Amino acid sequence: MNKYIRSSYLVLCYAFLYVPLFVLITYSFFQAPPQTGFTMQWYQTLWQDPNLLVVAGNSLLVAVVASTLATVFGTLAAVVLRRYRFLGRQVLSNALFSLIIFPDLVLGISLLLWLHLLHFPLGFFTLAIGHITLCLPFVTIMINSRLLDLDSSLFEAGRDLGASEWTILRRIILPLLLPAIIGAWLMCFTLSMDDVIISFFLTGPSFNVLPLYIYSLVRLGVTPEINALCSIIFFVTLILILIAQWRVRIE
Amino acid sequence: MHKDNVFKYLTINSVYLWLILFSICPLTLVVICSFLQHTPDQLFVWKFTLANYKTLLTPIYLKVFWRSLQLAFWVTVLCLIIGYPFAYFLTQLPSKIKGLMALFVIIPFWTSSLLRSYAIITIIQAHGLLNTFLIKIGVIDQPLQLLYTNTAVIIGLVYNLLPFVVLPLFSNMEKLDRRLIDAARDLGANGPTTFLRIILPLTKSGIYSAIMLTFLPAMTLFYIPDLLGGAKSLLLGNVIQTQFLSAENWPLGSALSLTLTVVMSLLLWFYFRSTPRSEREAL
Repeated sequence: MNKYIRSSYLVLCYAFLYVPLFVLITYSFFQAPPQTGFTMQWYQTLWQDPNLLVVAGNSLLVAVVASTLATVFGTLAAVVLRRYRFLGRQVLSNALFSLIIFPDLVLGISLLLWLHLLHFPLGFFTLAIGHITLCLPFVTIMINSRLLDLDSSLFEAGRDLGASEWTILRRIILPLLLPAIIGAWLMCFTLSMDDVIISFFLTGPSFNVLPLYIYSLVRLGVTPEINALCSIIFFVTLILILIAQWRVRIE
Repeated sequence: MHKDNVFKYLTINSVYLWLILFSICPLTLVVICSFLQHTPDQLFVWKFTLANYKTLLTPIYLKVFWRSLQLAFWVTVLCLIIGYPFAYFLTQLPSKIKGLMALFVIIPFWTSSLLRSYAIITIIQAHGLLNTFLIKIGVIDQPLQLLYTNTAVIIGLVYNLLPFVVLPLFSNMEKLDRRLIDAARDLGANGPTTFLRIILPLTKSGIYSAIMLTFLPAMTLFYIPDLLGGAKSLLLGNVIQTQFLSAENWPLGSALSLTLTVVMSLLLWFYFRSTPRSEREAL
């Protein structure tokens, strides 16, 4: 009886999480109401939308640049925090931790004010800065938790054998962290591709991105084309998550 | 050794520099801006004033705060009520399928919340699946007007934030020592007592993490009320967004967003005070 309640509760929760997504994907393959049946026409319409290709390209560019830089900075920060004792180490650690729950909205606004003051025109650079700052703490926390599992005697052995800090990082730490680094990069990539709030403040009309484009479409109502677009994004996210999880599991 | 120091200081300082340039300076500027004057033709003028904070204390804005806090509170409570048993039952699954089922929580966690909010619209709209289903089984005759109500906003927020509750609770409960529960049972504790005296206290840090990950987003995800309807000034986030982009009153917007950082600081303070350092990594 107990087991029965448990299973049905889990089924209900998963249904709550997945039925809306499932319905959305199903609708994207249906013809418009008077007719019924399977169709790929909504996907074909998407392909013919020139704006969509431009904004998707923009989003891709920002996501690749931001997640790469955030992963480099975040990994270095995690390694530094774990390996060295230095002035303000605890402050840095707490600052990165607090940034995780720091509201995106306030981050977006404060960067908007600051970059406006520095006369940065809103566009690619401002958005990339915003996304790097958004992703940085996530990378540090992810890499840090992986570093905790590594055997630190490996680093000491490297040092005893005369390796410099740079060599230890390059030859010992980075190869061991590689799965976590790939995972972190993929997570940053999805964060950047999906971000609405920071993009909302930090980019201008000359550099529109995918989430904002979808937002402007969705405000006008439900259409089969948006269903198709959202389905594509969902599957791309799904593949990225599976790769990231698979890399982590292998270890 | 010299080269090692160069490497060490270069990495430390580059991280510091980034945080100072793109987190601390901008945030300081928000604090400064909240004390500046606003004129219709300029975003802000470099003249000191307390007017923005006086505006915050007017009934209109106090009502916005109160409503937003209330909403965030109920969304967090609902998420915990749904998510806590969810996470607990997940940990009790056989280890073969546990990883897979956890993955099914991770997927929505990382899926765009804009996309997920849109998915909710397709379900609850007048001719959506929910109404069709309810009419078919005879619960209602007329479609329920759910979309564009405050209920829709709550559904949307709970739907979006549920994985953010389940995942920290799940990773916290995984570390729970089952023997303690068995011991309590052996010593004659019944179900509710075991839960209240053993399980709940031991999963406290997971609950705190979950609250931190839901409460603030529930005040700031401005596109959810915007898309799902209800009063457009339901969340503090909507009011702030309007001040920055439509009303173009940056000083007032800054003062409003500082109240969010105050809420955040209170949550963090509470978290750091009540969670031992060893458990903090769970977040």
